[in-house]
Amino acid sequence: MDLLNQITQFVISGLATGAIYALIGLSFAIIFNSTGIINFAQGEFVMLGGVMTIFALNVLKLPLLAAVVAAVLGTTAVGLAFERLAIRPLKNATPLSLIIITIGASILIRGVVMLLWGKDTQVLPPFSGNTPLEIAGATLLPQHLWIFGVTILVIVASRLFFHHTISGKAMRACSFNRKAANLVGISVGRMVLLSFVISSALGSLAGVIIAPLTMTAYDVGVMLGLKGFCAAIMGGMGSGLGTVLGGIILGTLESLGAGLISSGYKDAIAFLILLLILFLRPQGLFKKGETERV
Amino acid sequence: MKSDKLKFLVFCLVVFALPLPLSTGYLTNVLIFVGINSMLALGLNLLLGYAGQISLGQAAFFGLGAYGSGVLTTQYAFDPWLSMVLVALVVAGFAFAIGFPVLRLKGHYLAMATLGVGVIAHIAFNETVDLTGGPSGLSGIPNLSIGSFSFDSDLKNYYLVWSFALAVILLSLNLVNSRYGRALRAIHDSEVAARVMGVNARLMKVQVFTLSALISAIAGSLYCHVMTFISPTSFGFNISVELLTMVVIGGLGSVYGSILGALLLTLLPELLRTFQDYDIVVYGLLLVCMTIYLPGGMVRGIPALLRRLVPARSGNA
Repeated sequence: MDLLNQITQFVISGLATGAIYALIGLSFAIIFNSTGIINFAQGEFVMLGGVMTIFALNVLKLPLLAAVVAAVLGTTAVGLAFERLAIRPLKNATPLSLIIITIGASILIRGVVMLLWGKDTQVLPPFSGNTPLEIAGATLLPQHLWIFGVTILVIVASRLFFHHTISGKAMRACSFNRKAANLVGISVGRMVLLSFVISSALGSLAGVIIAPLTMTAYDVGVMLGLKGFCAAIMGGMGSGLGTVLGGIILGTLESLGAGLISSGYKDAIAFLILLLILFLRPQGLFKKGETERV
Repeated sequence: MKSDKLKFLVFCLVVFALPLPLSTGYLTNVLIFVGINSMLALGLNLLLGYAGQISLGQAAFFGLGAYGSGVLTTQYAFDPWLSMVLVALVVAGFAFAIGFPVLRLKGHYLAMATLGVGVIAHIAFNETVDLTGGPSGLSGIPNLSIGSFSFDSDLKNYYLVWSFALAVILLSLNLVNSRYGRALRAIHDSEVAARVMGVNARLMKVQVFTLSALISAIAGSLYCHVMTFISPTSFGFNISVELLTMVVIGGLGSVYGSILGALLLTLLPELLRTFQDYDIVVYGLLLVCMTIYLPGGMVRGIPALLRRLVPARSGNA
């Protein structure tokens, strides 16, 4: 019984981190689908969300909601600047230079945050207290509910956006075929910019809601970003349910592995899963393989 | 290719003579690290600059070399030279084995997979406390020695490390100008075209990956015997990125470019020591600006820049 309780507990916290990975995975997929770029700086958007919220809350003395909005807007501004200054000048770049430039940007963002706010771990208080709820012998924190709620909201909203608005449909058109999209009058450049805006907003939101559980610092972005990428790969780089499922599977496996095997190897478990999927099913868990055009 | 040989000879002479006017051990010490980083950068350059395959996990092989030698000599009393050879062979075998599944991937996926290998290795260095001493590191590693001659001073280590580095440079130069090197470049330009021409692209990519891992492992063994102390921070993701930066800012596919990159990025933190935490910002800026403005790296970019500036000036005058 004790073991069963423990497992329930691990699954609950796994689902919560999994939801975060899913959000980050979606933010990866949005940029990838409109540009073909894997943004190695994606994790920094997540970090910026948490760090900026703490800054707005503690230094600017904003109320929580305003602080969150300010942080998401601030990160979006960084995403926008990043697209304009680093991605747009490299129009016909090779994948290699795009990898290098996004790595460079991620180091730069991390460095600037470290200089501005220091190296210390920072704490964001939970949104609605710390009184745990008991469910089937395991404890559920109010913050877990926030995470589940926000994640579901974001998934529904992005579904509505991508399938029922003109901009969303235009972005999907670009991901299918940029040239054709351009020919029917869609401004591909604007859609790329929009994808960076949405993606950085989404990433930072994930960073805000996870910060009360895990604390945050200038260097948390790398790991979170990589795991979000892992979720996106599991979902086959789509922006739909596959990525969400990928995130949740990853989060749960990682949490169970850390709890039952060894917490020191928690991150190694995630990367082993990433490698296995890349080796065995690089097209994602739920997709059929595609042939490459030369 | 007579001028190539001449260039290499001049370079050897410079390397040999460089520490002579230096009276302080500090600069010699820095130059030792330039040598080790040159080996690592050259290894990555073979893979990235010639075959066009990115690796963000080079620090893993460097670390495996260092920890392999460190653990064998301190805990199992192996002979340092023997352990260096053994570890290099084991690491190369490991790279060969993971090379087949890893190098089937391309572009971003390849970058992420190699990064994953690097992260897992880094975690293993931290967590296997019994063997590696964990985060607090492994100390008491013996210096290398030949007979009764021990490499126990900075100057002796300088010549030791640079003999290895020069060997790697010679290997790179010869490889690049061989049939093999041309085939590698063909893979870089178009893997499909190379395969159509009869190049066994899959095997060659794994071979060059293995070679770069082997060079990194030897550099790691040297590093641990020179430092006599190692800790996991020297083999993390940041180091892999630093190596990538060296190769990119030096100039992809250029042997001397990689050395120039290693020299700059080893000296830079020393020069920036007064503003210690700024170096990470400078790295980031360098990577971004170089990719945008000097995509060919310094060895190609700076001469091109000069050519553009010089006629402009004479035109004005």
